[in-house]
Amino acid sequence: MPLLSATDVNVVYQPARGRKVWAVRDVSLSLEQGEFVGLVGESGCGKSTLGYALTRMLRPPARLTGGVIDFAGTDLSTLDGEGLRAQRRNGIALVLQSGMNALNPVRTVEMHLRDILRAHARDGEDLSKEAVRRRGERLLEKVRLDTAVLTSFPHELSGGMRQRVSIALALSLEPKLIVFDEPTTALDVIVQRAVMQTIKDLQKENGFTAVLISHDLGTVLDATDRVMVMYAGRIVEDQPSDTLLAGSHHPYTEALLGCYADPRAEEIVLGGIPGTPPDLSLPQAGCSFAPRCTLATDVCREVDPPLEPLGAGTAACHVRAGRVGRTGREDAHA
Amino acid sequence: MSLSTTTPPHGDPGTTVVVPDTPAHVPGPARFLGRALRTLWSNGKARIGLTILALIILMAVLAPVFAPHSPTATNFTPYQGPSAANWFGTTGNGQDVFSQVVYGARVSLLVGLLAGAGATLVAVTIGLIAGYRPGAVDEVLSFATNLALVIPGLPLMIILAAYVPSRSVWTIVLVVAFTSWATGARVIRSQASTLRTRDFVSSAVFSGEGLGRVVFREILPNMTSLVAASFFAAATAAVMAEASLEFLGLGDPNTVSWGTILYYAQQQNALLTGQWVLVFAPGLAIALLAVSFTLVNFGVDALSNPRLREK
Amino acid sequence: MNYVLRKTALFGVTLWAAVTLNFVLPRLMPGSPVDAALAKLAQGGQQVTNAQRRAIEVQLGSPHDGLLSQYVQYLGNMARLHFGSSYSFPNQTVAKTIEGALPWTLVLVGTTTVIAFVVGTLLGVYAGWRRGTRSDATVTVGATFFAAFPPFWLGLLLLFVLAFKLNAFPIKGGYSPGLTPNLSVGFLSNAVAHSFLPALTLAITSLSGWVFGMRNNMINTLGEDYVTFAEANGLRTRTIALLYAARNALLPNVTAFGLSLGAVVGGSVLVEGVFSYPGLGNLLYIAVSNHDFPLMQALFLVITVSMLVAIFVVDLLYVRLDPRVRRA
Repeated sequence: MPLLSATDVNVVYQPARGRKVWAVRDVSLSLEQGEFVGLVGESGCGKSTLGYALTRMLRPPARLTGGVIDFAGTDLSTLDGEGLRAQRRNGIALVLQSGMNALNPVRTVEMHLRDILRAHARDGEDLSKEAVRRRGERLLEKVRLDTAVLTSFPHELSGGMRQRVSIALALSLEPKLIVFDEPTTALDVIVQRAVMQTIKDLQKENGFTAVLISHDLGTVLDATDRVMVMYAGRIVEDQPSDTLLAGSHHPYTEALLGCYADPRAEEIVLGGIPGTPPDLSLPQAGCSFAPRCTLATDVCREVDPPLEPLGAGTAACHVRAGRVGRTGREDAHA
Repeated sequence: MSLSTTTPPHGDPGTTVVVPDTPAHVPGPARFLGRALRTLWSNGKARIGLTILALIILMAVLAPVFAPHSPTATNFTPYQGPSAANWFGTTGNGQDVFSQVVYGARVSLLVGLLAGAGATLVAVTIGLIAGYRPGAVDEVLSFATNLALVIPGLPLMIILAAYVPSRSVWTIVLVVAFTSWATGARVIRSQASTLRTRDFVSSAVFSGEGLGRVVFREILPNMTSLVAASFFAAATAAVMAEASLEFLGLGDPNTVSWGTILYYAQQQNALLTGQWVLVFAPGLAIALLAVSFTLVNFGVDALSNPRLREK
Repeated sequence: MNYVLRKTALFGVTLWAAVTLNFVLPRLMPGSPVDAALAKLAQGGQQVTNAQRRAIEVQLGSPHDGLLSQYVQYLGNMARLHFGSSYSFPNQTVAKTIEGALPWTLVLVGTTTVIAFVVGTLLGVYAGWRRGTRSDATVTVGATFFAAFPPFWLGLLLLFVLAFKLNAFPIKGGYSPGLTPNLSVGFLSNAVAHSFLPALTLAITSLSGWVFGMRNNMINTLGEDYVTFAEANGLRTRTIALLYAARNALLPNVTAFGLSLGAVVGGSVLVEGVFSYPGLGNLLYIAVSNHDFPLMQALFLVITVSMLVAIFVVDLLYVRLDPRVRRA
């Protein structure tokens, strides 16, 4: 039984003035217990929006307009208010993009923890100061922080430390699933590596299911068991991480991989993908990547490809599915 | 990813075009004003404010048309309540209150707009200089601004007005303008110092643009809504200050303005003789003018801070 | 601690600047300020006695000394609270007159400001939290409406409706004539009844500034990441609204509190004038009407210094509220 099974999730941005934008379109996915899954794509592809949708943290003007989010037997899409709040314990947790601002400047780490524990207190649970302190010390230990951090204010901590505190606070909820939204993007490279290592270790030690949202393919491939590639609000490929660097894949994935250059090479050739992502306020005809794809055919421009088996995973591409030959190059772009 | 924008093939939905950050384009003043008015009009609160303001301006400009009598003619029976001849009654000197209120709009509008403009001018000058030139100049100007902020406005205006030998509307305009610039200066200074570090300013300076051109063609156009907001706030404060000073007897006793009507009303104990319209009408007019400026300012605020825009 | 030292130094310098400004103002007029003042008096049709001339010279400096010695003399006088004699109240020194009026203003303005701040802040939190709803619109429109009321006009209206017509409150003064000020319950309740209308007037007019400021702060704070994270962690709505959003939105408002005291003081001048309430504002009103320069100068100084002290106190309190300024 998968832990999370989402079917036909749709998210729309509906501003008061201006056109509606379909940010996430008919996304279905399933996550098993204990998996570490990555969600990659360029800026604007909808990965963060999907992450927020799954954790029911969307804010206006974004709206979940359809779909079922089955989490351990409960449909999250139907929950609201108190019901949703209760789900946060032993449920789904979210770690934000930058720990920089995720902490209340006027409360210490200890106070943050106490607020969380009090909000989800069950009968008979000991929430005295000492009990909270002990739990805090254990949690900080898990994220490799000194216990002195407990009595610190956020401005007294570095960016990396604050991010670890965010993770520790999320862990205090004993979640089954944690969504990490670009957890290391705002940190410098060395700290990035340390924090990612901590996240990997935590996931192995505690066994929670993790979703890592990032635009950095390298980090994702290193940390995760499985990668989902998103483009224009759709999942276009879903593969085990160690098979991504070889073999044939969705043209977008291949193009993405082609954008990376080896910094140690004699000559660095920078690739790019010609064209720009589609305007998501307009209905999409056919495969959204077709305008920029070197393999695109007429079928691609008319029929939206479903996710079909490719290698060890799935991909949404007519050409890769073997349905059309690689005939026309008439759509090559300058 | 490269950013080339290519012609999409037939049948493809439109592609989005990415445009790099460009500095403010400076259109001609007439078109600029027209566009500003149209944007303000789209904001609900600002629309009401503009309407009220327009009506008051109309009343002031066409005062001889609206007012049935001369505001200063003393040929009516004094201390009368509202009647057919005198809609708002008469003052203790036998003058028609309704005509006074109509003509009074002229002075209040004049002082409000002029003093507001004067205060904003001082605020912009000091704010721009302080924001654009860090170091000693900034320190001195900031200290002066903070000092001006801290000193209570009305008592200072009272002292200044009391010392000036002549009593006239211009005294009031000058006194109000010279005491109300500090709030605006502080806001403009912080915005100017933020803009100073932006790339388009650096590139202008590098390409040899002189100080005047940089300030007036690069920085100032990016602060228009801030300056406009400061102006309307200053105008609101000016209207209230002017009325207060006149009420206290520091205005020109020979001019007819809403504040002086209230001054005479208080001197002649209008309330105790039951002439509540004499007190109500000019005060309401002051309140309406102040409200209209504030409402317009809501629109200006929403323009510059998208978070505050009404959904 | 750095913060505290900085604020103390700022207080000292601003205090000196304000005192000096008070010295400079009358001397901005061409000619001897004393003569200018006397000319003003004569213009008003008053006879000038030697005692009055002496009083003015104390405040404005005798025309025979140089500017620097006048300044030194002035500073000495200010430090010893020698403000000279007033001629609106010829039987007592200016210092005494002010001393009598000060407690009335402190109580009226002090309590009103605190109440207006608290109520205004709470309303602002409410309006910001419920942004876009009808409750928000009601609060915002209401506050705009009341902000536009000139304080003296509102005072006059309340006076007319509640005191004159309905006889619910006394018409003027700080206490009924014939009573002597003391701390008995009878007197105090009489004083409270007299201060109700002026307090109400002041409170209504100063309320809206707090409402708007707090509402804007709330709206900005609600967009912060730590509010999102708190929601993601399933904190109770009330905890988020008060301890995460409002508590942080409050900070800029507190900073603004000190500065806005100037507006409240200005309003109190007008309101006290309307109600003949025996505070500093009313004294200023009387002084202006009588061209009483020594009294005016002294009042201006006292009012400004009180404000500086209040701002200084608020600055010190701010340290308790924002841990970020506490670091050495």
